[in-house]
Amino acid sequence: MDLLGFGDLLLSGTWVTIKLALTSLVFGLAFGLIGASAKLSSFWPARMLATAYTTLVRGIPELLLVLTIYFGGSMMLMAVAEKFGYTEYIEISAFAAGVAALSIAFGAYSTEVFRGAIQAIPKGQWESAQALGMTRGKTFFRIILPQVWRLALPGLGNLFQVLLKDTALVSVVGLNDLMRQAYVATGSTKQPFTFYMAAAIIYLGLTVLATLTTTWLERAADPAARGARA
Amino acid sequence: MEQKKTALELVDIHKSYGTLEVLKGVSLSAGDGEVISILGSSGSGKSTLLRCINLLERPSKGRIIMSGEELALEPGKDGDLKASNSRQLERMRSEIGFVFQNFNLWPHKSIIDNIIEAPTQVLKLSRDEAIARAEKLLERVGLYDKRNVYPANLSGGQQQRIAIARALAMEPRVLLFDEPTSALDPELVNEVLAVMRSLAEEGRTMLIVTHEMRFAREVSNKVVFLHQGNIEESGTPEEVFDRPTSPRVRDFMASHH
Repeated sequence: MDLLGFGDLLLSGTWVTIKLALTSLVFGLAFGLIGASAKLSSFWPARMLATAYTTLVRGIPELLLVLTIYFGGSMMLMAVAEKFGYTEYIEISAFAAGVAALSIAFGAYSTEVFRGAIQAIPKGQWESAQALGMTRGKTFFRIILPQVWRLALPGLGNLFQVLLKDTALVSVVGLNDLMRQAYVATGSTKQPFTFYMAAAIIYLGLTVLATLTTTWLERAADPAARGARA
Repeated sequence: MEQKKTALELVDIHKSYGTLEVLKGVSLSAGDGEVISILGSSGSGKSTLLRCINLLERPSKGRIIMSGEELALEPGKDGDLKASNSRQLERMRSEIGFVFQNFNLWPHKSIIDNIIEAPTQVLKLSRDEAIARAEKLLERVGLYDKRNVYPANLSGGQQQRIAIARALAMEPRVLLFDEPTSALDPELVNEVLAVMRSLAEEGRTMLIVTHEMRFAREVSNKVVFLHQGNIEESGTPEEVFDRPTSPRVRDFMASHH
């Protein structure tokens, strides 16, 4: 892929996009699980905190979150650093800000996916484990969560596709992702169609790959439907 | 009272849901090796009573004593009792086998993994020990060849036999059966009853909530009839089935023949 000498640039941007998406996915899944556990907790402050989190984050545009964390985050860090006598300018890396914003957003949406999936597991699944003397924690991690995973996968796959495309938002704070590299290449060659089309194809390729992976995971998570017999 | 070893004793068990009082002070004691059938029409509180024994349902009041050890209970925030010590509750639960109406096998685990889960996780048996124990039980319930399939591949009767094997793998002191055949097609009921009968014959302590009258009469040492949260009548199968003193029990027996 040469693309008037900008092929490598686009490829490096693609790699940044992939890294950003996958890192945000890992943190976002963790936030989602914690959020769902909090929402289903019997401890009311946890429920309140989780509701505040999902209401707030789902109620504002992701771009606003990216900008707030990138610019607001560095100001906050500088304010803290000043207390320790450090007065130089501190900048948060665009990548870190992107991971923070995207995983916070993914976490808020996946909280609801996980909550729905946990609640969809029949009560009898908990009861049979606890009747055998298993602790609540063991029951959750060994009996409930593997089944939650299977129910949550379609919803999570959906959210991951959105996340993958939302990575483009981080280009506004200067991250050299696929979106920004396509923009840069267009700027110097004046050939918007070539580069935006190339970027579109790459995004499409990534989302198709994500869909295939989700389908594969869904099959892997359902041994009974696969008809596994030894 | 002292000579006959008591496996399980329930004292004055109450349970209310809001203003609805489901159990109004039920006391029951099961001697070692005794098989007790709990009968009653739906809504009489018989399943609730059984579920109160291992705290799947939290009683509002009462005491639960197993082999002389009392389960420590304290009032929870909602007014119902909860275990003071979750360790003790988990240990006592591990000694009480519970068989559910809907089997409640774990669909993501194979049959053998369903059976070895609690022995390895709760009793800390090694995997090999647990598998050896599970395979013996699978042979006993006649499903050894199904050890590697998943619950969804089995009939209801087979799933219930696996659920019984899963309970037995903990080597419980007491077995509780909550309408074990009520979710089964009629032609599958007998295979489950046959397994339960063999357990009764080897001297297991069992409490059975059931609608299978003939079975209850044949295997029980004692029959308890619940009505609206109280014990209406109790005694030997002959006494309760043939010579009930309560007109309500008489009506029930007549309509369930």
